[in-house]
Amino acid sequence: MSQPLLQMNGITKSFGGISALRSVDLRVDAGEVHALLGENGAGKSTLLKILSGAQLPDDGEVTFLGVKAAFNSPQDAQRCGIATIYQELTLVPGMSIAENIFLGREPGWANLVNWRRLVNQAKGLMARVGLEKDPLAPARDLSVAEQQLVEIARALSMRSKLIIMDEPTAALSNAEVDRLFDIVSGFKADGLSVIFVTHRLEEVMRVCDRFTILRDGRFVCDGNVADTSIDAIIHHMVGREITATQRRPAPAATDAVVLRVEHLSRRRGAEGLNAMALSDISLEVRRGEILGIAGLVGSGRTETARAIFGADPFDSGKVFIDGVLLHATSPQDAIRQGIGLVPEDRKQQALFLSLSIRANLTVAAHDRVSRLGVFIDSNAEDTLIAQYRKLLRIRMVGPEQIVSDLSGGNQQKVILARWLALGPKVLIVDEPTRGIDVGAKAEVHNLLFQMASTGIAIVVISSELPEVLAISDRIITMREGRVTGEVQADAASPEMLMALMTVDAVAA
Amino acid sequence: MVQVTAGEAIGRRPQFRPINVAARFAPVLFLVVLMIGFSILEPRFLTALNLFNVLRQVSIYGLLAIGMTFVILTAGIDLSIGSILAMAGLVAAMVAKGGLDNRFSVGDGSASLGLGWEFAALAAIGVGVAAGLVQGFAITRFKVPPFVVTLGGMSAFRGAALLFSGGGPVSGFDDAFVWWGQGKVGPVPVPVLIFVLFAVIAHITLSYTRYGRQIYAVGGNPEAARLAGLNVRKIILSVYVITGFFSGLGAFVLAARLNSAEAVAGTGFELTVIASVVIGGTSLFGGTGTIFGTVIGTVLIGVLLNGLVLLDVSAYVQQIIIGVIIVLAVAFDTFVKSRRRAL
Repeated sequence: MSQPLLQMNGITKSFGGISALRSVDLRVDAGEVHALLGENGAGKSTLLKILSGAQLPDDGEVTFLGVKAAFNSPQDAQRCGIATIYQELTLVPGMSIAENIFLGREPGWANLVNWRRLVNQAKGLMARVGLEKDPLAPARDLSVAEQQLVEIARALSMRSKLIIMDEPTAALSNAEVDRLFDIVSGFKADGLSVIFVTHRLEEVMRVCDRFTILRDGRFVCDGNVADTSIDAIIHHMVGREITATQRRPAPAATDAVVLRVEHLSRRRGAEGLNAMALSDISLEVRRGEILGIAGLVGSGRTETARAIFGADPFDSGKVFIDGVLLHATSPQDAIRQGIGLVPEDRKQQALFLSLSIRANLTVAAHDRVSRLGVFIDSNAEDTLIAQYRKLLRIRMVGPEQIVSDLSGGNQQKVILARWLALGPKVLIVDEPTRGIDVGAKAEVHNLLFQMASTGIAIVVISSELPEVLAISDRIITMREGRVTGEVQADAASPEMLMALMTVDAVAA
Repeated sequence: MVQVTAGEAIGRRPQFRPINVAARFAPVLFLVVLMIGFSILEPRFLTALNLFNVLRQVSIYGLLAIGMTFVILTAGIDLSIGSILAMAGLVAAMVAKGGLDNRFSVGDGSASLGLGWEFAALAAIGVGVAAGLVQGFAITRFKVPPFVVTLGGMSAFRGAALLFSGGGPVSGFDDAFVWWGQGKVGPVPVPVLIFVLFAVIAHITLSYTRYGRQIYAVGGNPEAARLAGLNVRKIILSVYVITGFFSGLGAFVLAARLNSAEAVAGTGFELTVIASVVIGGTSLFGGTGTIFGTVIGTVLIGVLLNGLVLLDVSAYVQQIIIGVIIVLAVAFDTFVKSRRRAL
């Protein structure tokens, strides 16, 4: 048997005590298209970063072309023949296609660029990837699919042996996907290997030869695509261990619809927004109900939440609160009508990291703690903070403590307190427990249950299926900016949700 | 409810760390060391007369630095303050003198045809506020970076002042006007009182009002501020109006002190003022800083310049020293931040 092109053994990596990869293996043979699969947070990105030289593993061995390798930088990996094409394309918009292909490696003598050779070589590579454009056209005029082809041409120009593609089809139309797959099939014939990360399992069945599945930072299994099925793959991706999260106690939902969204739509790129398109999203949440939205990253779930909250505009559709049409053009408007949003990225979108717990907790509720509408009433503020500190069991030294000193779970509680202090009718919580340890997770879940029992209509968005299943009363699934299904949580299984989230033409 | 695990750490790190304390009091410490040093080297330094002199010299920079603190807290910058000051000072002078025709009527000003100092002060502040509104509008509506807008303003307002004055000074105001720059209450110069008064108001605003809290929030994380329902645009617009206000006020006090206004007044002020704010511990990245720090930073620069003058250090060398100190102050700030992250 010939030796594999790439063999990774026992790769281990942790970040600040949280382990991202635990002894993961990956084998890729020459001339194969290999699918790297797993849920969000399974460790795929970390593994790819190690392979592309962006990060060093804590432990483990990488053997590439039969030689032990340690990539200290992306340049290092490229020199050895590993090229990575990220989801966010990295072309220089003002430069020509040819310059982008050979960026930093322009043919010529000393620092002078030999333009004729540059263009000719670029033409050859462009023909190989089927890009019919003037090599001197600026990259900014290209579509996303064409930019991707330029990146592939760049990878080819480096004589790469292995090309890593991170969700290359996420932004492509069907015809563009077909063209990409033709090119990838062509690579196989040339003995080139591709590692393919995707959430679209039917694509895996179509172009991939072998697969490796990761879950929670561990290697689950690998095998030949021909010997497996989508169902089996889904089972391996989610299969677990739901016991870790405790189930929602008897739901307190009533019949009163608090939030109703009708036919919410937005074109891609509307209002200069670089966000997912949304099409015809309708949903309802009742008083005291927890609605889960399950979907992969990029399925439009966060975009839906932001549109409802007035953080991003939408083209058409209506949002009603207690039956009254909401005209929210800013979060300010939405908050006034009783909607709160706990955003997915706590540090970037919710916290003022350099400020105190006091400043963080009451920022949205200044109306409640001010005198004459101008001055902050620090007594009222202290009372409010003490109240939520007790209610949410926020473990902190005092109100003046800088919020970045708190653990992730306590930071999240401060954000929840920020909204509770406003007495919202609807609270949308995007990734309630991302980056939070297991104990605090259960606490946050319990807080959500308590909030629901006081009559707040709650929408929970989560990448973790066990979480969605355990804390929701009802679940809708999303994929590519559409709602693909709706199920009662007690009748749902992770496999069923994963299928709704990843497979075309669902039968649900 | 879930049981709280016994013994779980309250925060991941203790609240008080030596490096934070050092960072907080570094400007004060530096000021004290500087003063001790100068008083040993030069006996004339530590006299009441000289110290009040220093304070009077810094009070106009100080007024501008108060406004600049608001802007820098939002991670913005205002390079146009010196030019707005020149423009506002000329307008004030013309209001007081009744137009350009009387520009050379030197003397006690009693013969002038103009309006009283009240109107002059209001005109100066009005011009400053208007200039700030225009710039704030460009920054928030058209999304032009503050650096660019105020760099443009720096040139445009200076040009307007030159155009307007024909290049020459307008001087000679009445006693009531001049009192605001040269007068004293007891031993304390009036500009110092004005500086202290507005420093107190600004401190109260930043520390004890909703508006102050919102400025820190917007500077700390604009996206989080927006998602928490703050009107980020309005807050950003307002801080440029505030620098405009202080430029106008500073223009009035400067004109009173010099008994003259001219189009080249305030040239280079923006550098000294930004230096004062940064040395006082306000982060150029927004979100952290205090008026107290700015006052200390302003006095520190004043003491430094005064001491260097007393020690006969050349004006050229003074500029070099100021430049080096600005860079060191920011380097220190960055160093403290990286240490915090590493801890």
